Amino acid sequence: MLIAADRDPAALPRVLLTVVCLALLWPGLHLSELNPGVLLQAENRQQMGSFVSGFWPPAHDRDFLALLWQATLQTLAVATAGMSLALLLAVPTSLLASRALSLRAASRGGRPGWASRVLRMPVRGVLVFLRSVPEIVWALLFVRAVGLGPTAGVLAIAITYSGMLGKVYAEIFESVDQRPAHALLQAGSGRLLAFCYGVLPNAAAEVVSYTVYRWECAVRASVVMGFVGAGGLGQQIDLSMRMFAGAEVASMLLAFLLLVMLADLFSRLLRGRLA
Amino acid sequence: MSICLQAASLRHGQVQALSAVDLRIETGERVAIIGPSGAGKSSLLHLMATAVQPSAGQLELLGAQPWALPAGARQRLRARVALVHQAPPLPPRQRVVTAVLAGRLGQWGTLRGLLNLLHPGDVPGARQALAELGLADKLFAQCGQLSGGQLQRVGIARALYQRPELLLADEPVSAMDPVLAVHSLALLNRHAQQRGLTLVASLHAVELALAHFPRVIGLREGQVMFDCPAHAVGDDLLQALYANEHLAAPVVSAPALTVQIPRC
Repeated sequence: MLIAADRDPAALPRVLLTVVCLALLWPGLHLSELNPGVLLQAENRQQMGSFVSGFWPPAHDRDFLALLWQATLQTLAVATAGMSLALLLAVPTSLLASRALSLRAASRGGRPGWASRVLRMPVRGVLVFLRSVPEIVWALLFVRAVGLGPTAGVLAIAITYSGMLGKVYAEIFESVDQRPAHALLQAGSGRLLAFCYGVLPNAAAEVVSYTVYRWECAVRASVVMGFVGAGGLGQQIDLSMRMFAGAEVASMLLAFLLLVMLADLFSRLLRGRLA
Repeated sequence: MSICLQAASLRHGQVQALSAVDLRIETGERVAIIGPSGAGKSSLLHLMATAVQPSAGQLELLGAQPWALPAGARQRLRARVALVHQAPPLPPRQRVVTAVLAGRLGQWGTLRGLLNLLHPGDVPGARQALAELGLADKLFAQCGQLSGGQLQRVGIARALYQRPELLLADEPVSAMDPVLAVHSLALLNRHAQQRGLTLVASLHAVELALAHFPRVIGLREGQVMFDCPAHAVGDDLLQALYANEHLAAPVVSAPALTVQIPRC
């Protein structure tokens, strides 16, 4: 047995945490009714086989490619417009929600005063509300309100993604080294300037990479929302799937793969410039 | 009067960093704080810089009580006080010119500060502050590319560029070679004398403190042990200040002497 003084004080909490994680995950597996065996049943295999066999060769006639190009552009436009609107809301709320701008935290070793903690709660609540309703639900709602078409998709992405971006930005701002900003606050600088000079240089790379990743997610989401009538690639995939045109689905999935690869390349380029 | 501490105490959790310190520093005085590691030198300077609030006692700074002021007025008071950090907290990706110009953020409006981030407004001013410390060639380098000693000089340049009335320095030359350390301390003292500002610096090198500062404060276990003119600090005071009972004296065993007497 180890002597008490030589024992790692972190060992027991680590073991307990592992046990708790396992205890929580095991019932989750049962509740989600995961059963991969269903995939291997003969009838299901045949169904999937006949659908997938239609995928080759991907559709590539002139008319279809023109349609694909149009749909891709629309998807990109929906994602970009939605992200821009989301940023308009996410940047101010993330600044309000994060401790990074707390004046009192600068002279209390990073602990903000109780008043700012209380004031931050409603902002965090708004962010939670914005992102807790999935974008597909917003899209269904807006399709009723503004009719079929990309507008519903743009609004749905703007609302859900402002909640996600605001939360993650606030966490990035809090996770970087706060000492530069605190030093500036202690030298009399204002909050916004201390943030721009002290936090932003450290957080920029992370923020840009997350934003580009979210844009990629927005492209994916706008495809999914196409299924409920919000335009773009999704609507086309939905139509082609209903007509069992596997070749067209294959082309559109390829176009989709290309989009995600481009987003990845773009993100790496920006990160390379900033980090 | 520049700084007045009355029975000021500071507690970090269980650790009593400063206990009932009484101190008066007049405008234009130049004071060095010395003491063993962990004596509370940094805590005292951070207390004076309003970076921490005293857990008990009073702090008066430039004729105002910072912790009784509303937040806006306290920020304006803080803009008149500069603190040179031992390891200046500068974002690695920030350029040196931006880091130096950030010294005056407390005096600039928000708009000027934001514009300065996009395009540095006072390059000559930053160059001059750095040139005095021999760093003018690093003006457009990134802070992450500098060594510890160079970063300390950027920190000093920022504090000087701030044009404070009270200049505090926490081990400002600890990462510099002896020649640079002497040069930088002389520069700080020259600026203090020319502009009539109050200078308080903590130092771990006793000879530097005695050579550059007229008044020396010895700090031990969070209390002022002595506070006197530099010429009055003798060996006995220093012995008592730095005596360390925790260090076990190395056990020196006398080598066994074997004497061989030649027989004939």
